[in-house]
Amino acid sequence: MPVHVLHANELKEKYVLTRNLPTIWCAGCGIGTVLGAAVRAIDGLGLDKKDVVFTIGIGCSGYSSRYVNFDAAHTTHGRALTTATGLKLANPKLTVITLTGDGDCVGIGGNHFIHAARRNIDVTAILFNNSIYGMTGGQYSPATPTGALSTTSPYGMVEGTIDPCELARAAGATYIARSTTYHVQLLRQLIAKAITHKGFSLVEAIAQCPNQFGRLNKIGAAPEMMRQYKREAVRVDSLDAEVPPGKIKIGELYKADRPEYTKMYAKVREEAKRRAAARGQ
Amino acid sequence: MTKVLMQGNEAIAEGAIRAGVRFFAGYPITPATEIAERMASRLPEVDGTFIQMEDEIASVTTCVGASLAGVKAMTASSGPGISLKQENIGMAAMHECPLVVVDVMRVGPATGMATLPAQQDIQQARWGSHGDRGVIALCPSSVAECYDLTIKAVNLSEKYRLPVMLLTDAEVGHMREAIAIPERVEVVERRRPDVPPGDPSFQPYAAKPDGVPPMADFGAGYLWHAEASTHNVRSDLASTDHKSADFLHRRLIDKVEKHVREMTFYSTRRLDDAEVAVVSYGVSARGSAGAVELARAQGLKAGLLNLNTIWPFPAHLIEDLAGRVRAILVAELNAGQLVREVRLAANGRVPVHHVGRFDGLILTPTEVLARLREVL
Repeated sequence: MPVHVLHANELKEKYVLTRNLPTIWCAGCGIGTVLGAAVRAIDGLGLDKKDVVFTIGIGCSGYSSRYVNFDAAHTTHGRALTTATGLKLANPKLTVITLTGDGDCVGIGGNHFIHAARRNIDVTAILFNNSIYGMTGGQYSPATPTGALSTTSPYGMVEGTIDPCELARAAGATYIARSTTYHVQLLRQLIAKAITHKGFSLVEAIAQCPNQFGRLNKIGAAPEMMRQYKREAVRVDSLDAEVPPGKIKIGELYKADRPEYTKMYAKVREEAKRRAAARGQ
Repeated sequence: MTKVLMQGNEAIAEGAIRAGVRFFAGYPITPATEIAERMASRLPEVDGTFIQMEDEIASVTTCVGASLAGVKAMTASSGPGISLKQENIGMAAMHECPLVVVDVMRVGPATGMATLPAQQDIQQARWGSHGDRGVIALCPSSVAECYDLTIKAVNLSEKYRLPVMLLTDAEVGHMREAIAIPERVEVVERRRPDVPPGDPSFQPYAAKPDGVPPMADFGAGYLWHAEASTHNVRSDLASTDHKSADFLHRRLIDKVEKHVREMTFYSTRRLDDAEVAVVSYGVSARGSAGAVELARAQGLKAGLLNLNTIWPFPAHLIEDLAGRVRAILVAELNAGQLVREVRLAANGRVPVHHVGRFDGLILTPTEVLARLREVL
């Protein structure tokens, strides 16, 4: 799709709450890159700022909307998606975007993630997956690769690892995409598509946490982590594509056509009113 | 004025709709489920939204989202579900997000006795979520009061921008009484900003003299942040800004405590010349009313103070009573929860006794009278 790209300074002027800068994120953190891609996607779609609302939870991801000038709800850990659900149901005209992390989304908020996908409510979840709880100092998350080191898995993590995209498909999401902070143009395009998709959409953004995950696992600093994404990512555009072990599938991984929740509920209202009228109310 | 036979839980749903509630998110739980069931059939008729969420936490946070978008919202549960909701009732308080949370109390702790009444969430309603904040909780003792106090709860939540609890119990929630539906009721709308969107003077958490900031709907163009962390008037983080922290935390308490008289609802029975007062609320006030009549028939000058407002605790009513009666008996279905507040307010001026049970049965008039005789 055609994308009108503003110069960084124009973008900053239009969207960034400069009074809240500098950000809390560590040098080299990938979250800002993902937030930047989201803001550029919104700008490229020509959406009015007042029609876009963000919800965030807790963790490093839970700081993201504090730096941008939109209506935004900073909620408790894991509850960004349910707050988003309420916003969308109460005002279906809003473009509702949840910015969430791996711990927030598939850890403490995992139940809500499953059910938002099952309902196919028109909310876009942008999942910053840095494979770790960064804000609290580097504990393992449900998305930490088995065997990886963290402050709570000093001998290597021995649990299984959640693939948020597979989980989203199983639960009923109708748009699923993945990119990385290295593939930032693709990331922006996928976020734009997810926003325009009518139904529950997930964009998983693989984002580096050099200070915790990178350091503990001796991968190196941010540039080295992004080089790893460049090496490991394979543009497949299908969740079912076969890739060699250790490779990351990126692109538009899954799309389905299923009725969106607020549209279905509008029909419930029509039926309820028809029956009430028939009762003579 | 029409008279209809209605269940307490149904009256809560109907009262909420009358007060303008157009959003309900809930999760099935005994003995509160009828509220959700009524909302599921009624809200879509009036262009509202009902959604059954995946759990109690989702129910309350989805209501927060709806309220931020400008729609009056309500959720309902019982003790176990309220325990789960508590963190996010605190979030709504910090967001200053209007919301009504109904607690149809049942016997606890844990799963307790799911179908039977108790009044064991009185202190949970006050202190159940972490941190200090002002709390409003109303308590009906009849089906008519379920209707009326739900409207008042919605109004107070909108006026003061906070989650308001309606504390009822399995007995009142499930009883059926004929109630008169009033032709006119007062309905309060939240105060919206008095400056247009984009006005540089707009500060989302700058309060008016009553301690309450005007609230903009998400999507209206004010571009503000509902902030769960401690924040300044602009909603920016006050992580180490102790002055803003003190200002905000005190305001969350003061906006309630400074308006306690306006929030105090109660009724009395034969209290004017009473020598002994029964202080009660909810289903226990019904048995207590019977006890007062039995006592009077036996020549004992007893009276009843039935509190519809539990929080903020109307200490002024007890202070007044303490100077007029020889003894106070607090009747409630727990091991002694509201009696603590009554004792604090009485401040030793009059003996304060307690009668309670928490075995799933309600207090009968003879039981309350026996205790009254015992303490005099």
